[in-house]
Amino acid sequence: MKIKGFLKTVFVVTAVLIAFLGAQPAVDEAFAQQKNIILATTTSTQDSGLLDVLIPVFEKKTGYFVKTIAVGSGQAMAMGQKGEADVLLVHSPAAEKKFVADGFGINRRLVMHNDFIVVGPGQDPAKIKGIKSSVDVFKKIASTGNLFISRADKSGTDVKEKDIWKAGAIKYEGQKWYHETGLGMGQTLNIASEKKAYTLADRGTYLALKKRLDLDILAEGDAILLNIYHVIEVNPAKFPKVNAPGGKAFADFMVSKETQDMIKTFGVDKFGSPLFFPDAGKKVEDLGK
Amino acid sequence: MSETSAFSVPGSDTQHGASNIQLPATDAILSARNLRVVRGGVTILDVPEFVVREGEVLCLIGPNGAGKTTLLQNICYLHKSFEGEVMFRGKIIGKDHGVFDYRRRVAMVFQEPLLFDTTVFKNVASGLTFRGVDKKEIRKRVAENLERFGIAHLRDRSARTLSGGEAQRTSLARAFATKPEILFLDEPFASLDPPTREGLTRDLEKILLESQTTTISATHDRNEALRLSDRIAFMRNGKIEQLGTPAELVNNPLDEFVASFVGVETVLTGNVVGKGEGGTWIVSVSGKDIEVTEPLSEGESVVIHISPENVILSNNFVSKKTSLRNYFAARITCIMPMGPFIKVYLDCGFPLVAYITNESKESLGLSEEKAVTASFKATAVQVIARKETEID
Amino acid sequence: MDLIFEGIIKAFWLLVTFDPEVMSIMFLSLKISGSATLVSLFIGLSAGSALALTQFPGKKIVVGAVNTGMGLPPVVVGLFVSIFLWRSGPLGFLELLYTPTAIIIAQSIIATPIVTGITLASLQQLPKKMRLQILALGASRAQMVWMLVKEAKLPLLAAVMAGFGGVISEIGASIMVGGNIKGYSRVLTTATVMETSKGNFDIAIALSIILLFLAYLINLVLTYVQQRERPR
Repeated sequence: MKIKGFLKTVFVVTAVLIAFLGAQPAVDEAFAQQKNIILATTTSTQDSGLLDVLIPVFEKKTGYFVKTIAVGSGQAMAMGQKGEADVLLVHSPAAEKKFVADGFGINRRLVMHNDFIVVGPGQDPAKIKGIKSSVDVFKKIASTGNLFISRADKSGTDVKEKDIWKAGAIKYEGQKWYHETGLGMGQTLNIASEKKAYTLADRGTYLALKKRLDLDILAEGDAILLNIYHVIEVNPAKFPKVNAPGGKAFADFMVSKETQDMIKTFGVDKFGSPLFFPDAGKKVEDLGK
Repeated sequence: MSETSAFSVPGSDTQHGASNIQLPATDAILSARNLRVVRGGVTILDVPEFVVREGEVLCLIGPNGAGKTTLLQNICYLHKSFEGEVMFRGKIIGKDHGVFDYRRRVAMVFQEPLLFDTTVFKNVASGLTFRGVDKKEIRKRVAENLERFGIAHLRDRSARTLSGGEAQRTSLARAFATKPEILFLDEPFASLDPPTREGLTRDLEKILLESQTTTISATHDRNEALRLSDRIAFMRNGKIEQLGTPAELVNNPLDEFVASFVGVETVLTGNVVGKGEGGTWIVSVSGKDIEVTEPLSEGESVVIHISPENVILSNNFVSKKTSLRNYFAARITCIMPMGPFIKVYLDCGFPLVAYITNESKESLGLSEEKAVTASFKATAVQVIARKETEID
Repeated sequence: MDLIFEGIIKAFWLLVTFDPEVMSIMFLSLKISGSATLVSLFIGLSAGSALALTQFPGKKIVVGAVNTGMGLPPVVVGLFVSIFLWRSGPLGFLELLYTPTAIIIAQSIIATPIVTGITLASLQQLPKKMRLQILALGASRAQMVWMLVKEAKLPLLAAVMAGFGGVISEIGASIMVGGNIKGYSRVLTTATVMETSKGNFDIAIALSIILLFLAYLINLVLTYVQQRERPR
C-alpha cells in the first residue's frame, strides 16, 4: 500500500512536470485539432524557402495550423493514398493524374512552375553545353560515362529524370556512372558538387543553394524540363478523417491572386530572378511558351 | 549442575539442547517455536524452541553455514522464509503483533557497516528519521550515541572517508540510536583487524552492560562470545545443539566439535565471599575457595577463567608455604593426548583443565581416576565477567 | 575549406547573439527530450526498482528484454509509433502524428529501456544486505525503496543522462513522427539535417555545436559519477 502511495506521488509530479514543460504545444493542439492541416509536399518547395514565406500568411489569414511534411512527390502521394495528408503540393503530373483518377485526390489545380536544369561541373567533361535536347544531353552523359547523381526518391524531379532516360531509351540502371542518393534536392546537389557529377535539379533549389555549390547550369530550356506544381486535395469521401475544409482552404489560398503575386516575386531580391512562375488558371499546354 | 556429572568429558549426554532450558514466561522477551527454514528441499534451519530473556546477551556460535545468520534474519523479521512462530513479549508476530511495529522495536548490525552515502550524523540519525522522530530529539540522541561510541569528532565526516573501525562504530551507533528492545548483531567485528576488534569489543561490552540491551549476536570469535555473553548457543547444521552459560559450554561441551570450537578451558562461576591474605579475594566456587588477585567486592558474582598452562599437577600434597595460593585435591577424570601435550580433565569439586607434557605424565604416572594435587597461582585467575546476580 | 571556416564563424555569431531561430530550436529540443526523459524516468525508475527488488519466474527473460531495449534503433521506434499514430492506425483518433507529443512518445519509448536497465543495474550494484539493513533500521517498504534509490542516486543520475543523451541526439524517430515542422516539431537533429541539405551550413554548425556541448555536459556528469566510490 505504501509503495503505491510513493509511486503515485512520483506519477503526479511527473505528470505535472510534463504538463508544465512538454505538453504546452500539445495543449495548443487540443483546441486546435480541427485546425490542423497536413500538407504533404516536395522537398524543393521547402528547401527553396517558398513555404516559409507563404504558410505564415495562410495561417494568419485562416487560423489553420499547417504541418508541412516535406518528402518527395512520390511519398507525398503515398501519404495521400493512405489519407495521412489533407492536401498535396506536388510536381509529378503523370502520377498525379493517376492519383486523381484512382479517386484519392480531387480538385487538382495548377499552381506554378519552375523548370528543371541539368547542372554539372564548370569544366563540363561530358561536353553537354550547347546541346538543346535533354534526351541528347543525357545520351552524351551516358556515353562518356561521367558520374550522374540521381535522387532516386520517386520525387517529381526523379520521375522527370527517369522520363528523359526512357525517352532516349538509355540504359542507366545499375551503370557504374549512375549513383542514387535517395535524398532531397538540396542534399543531392551538395553531393553532385562534391563528386563533380551531373544531376537534374529544379531551378529554384539550385538558385537557392547556388553560392554553396560548385555546379553550373549546362543545359536548360527544353520543353520536357518544365517542373509543374499542382495542388491536390485528398478525397474526403475516401478518407473521412481528412480535414477537407482545411485542405480546400489551403488549395484555394495557393491559387489566389495574392499568393500568386507572392510567388512571382519570391526570390527576386535574393537571387535576382524569380524561382517560381505563377500559373494559376492557365493551361499546362500553354506553359513555357 | 550436579556435582557428579558436572565434569563430563566429550560424549557425555548431560545438559545440552534447547529442551533443557526451562524459563519463567515473564522473563522471555523473544521466543520461537518450531522454526524451520527449507531452501531447495534442504532444511537449513530447524529450531524447535528458542527463548531469549530480557536483558541478556546471547551469542550464537558455530561454523559457517550453521544457520546463525538465517536464524538472526528470520527472528528479526527481515524476511519471512520460515515456518513456525516467533513471539515478542508473549505476542505472536504477524498475528497478535504487527511485523512492521516489531521491526521498529529491534535493530540489527551486520558484518559490513552498510553505511549510507552521507555524513556520519545522518547515518546515525537514519533509523530515527524513518520513525519520524522530531529533529531536536534526533540531534540529542545522535549526539549521545556518537559520544557513546567515541566518534563524536566524526559527526560531519562523509561516511565514505571512514576507516573500517570507525564505520562499524557508526553502524553500531546507528542501531543504538533507535533504542532497540532487542539488538541483533551478525558478526559485527568479523572483518576488522585484531586491535580494532579488541577495542570495539571492549567498548561494546561496556555499553551493553550499562544499557542492559537484550542482544543476540552471531559470532565466530570464541573470546568475543565468552566475553560478551550471558548465554551461548552452539549451532550446527541449522540446529541449536547446545545452549547454556559460557561456563557450561566450556566445561561441559556436547562433543569434541563443540569443545574445539569454544576451546576447552576452565571457566567457573562463583561468589566473592571475602578477603584472603595479602590483599587477595576469595571466590567460592562449588563450595571451594579460590584466591584471586584482581580487585573485587564482596557479594559480587563473577565468572573466572583459569588457563590450563598455569595449572600444576603433583602427586604429593605440598606445603602451603609457597607462592602458590590455590591447592586442591583432584581426581583425574580424563586424559586426552593433544599432540605435543596432554590435556588432563580434573574434578576438584569444580572442573579444572591442565596441560602437561608427555614426560610429566610418565614421571607422575598419571592415569584416569588417579588422585593428584592441582595448584595454580592467584595471579593465574582472570575475572572475565561480573554480574549482579547470576542466572542459573 | 573557406565554406567550413566561414560556417564556423557564423555559427559562433549565431550562438553568441542568441539567434532566435537557433535558440527556439534548442529550447524546443530541450523541452521535447526533457519531457521524454521525465516520462521514461517515471516509468523506468518504477519498472527498474520493481525488477531489482522482486523475484519471479521468468525474471531473466524480462531483464534480457530490457537490455535489448536499451539498444532500440530509433528508426524502428519511429516506424512503429508512426504506424500506430496514422489516421488509419489504431491510435489515429488521437491525431498525434506530426506533433511534438508524438516525438515525446517515440523518445520515451527509446529512453525507457535505458533508464530501466540502468536503474536495475545500479540497484543491483548496491550491497545485497543494504536492503535488509534499511529494513532492520525500521524503514517501511516505501522508505526502503526510497533509501535505495537515494543510495543509487549517482548511477541513477547516469540513467537520466544516458536517457536524455540518447533521445536528444536521435533523429530517425523525430523526423518520422514529428515531421520536422518549423517552430513546432523541428528539433536540433532534424534541423541540422535539413539546414545541411539546404546548404545553410552556418545554422547547421551552430546546431551541431549545441548538440556537442550537451553531449559533453552529459559525459562530464557520467565521468564524475563513475569515479566516485561507495562508503563501506
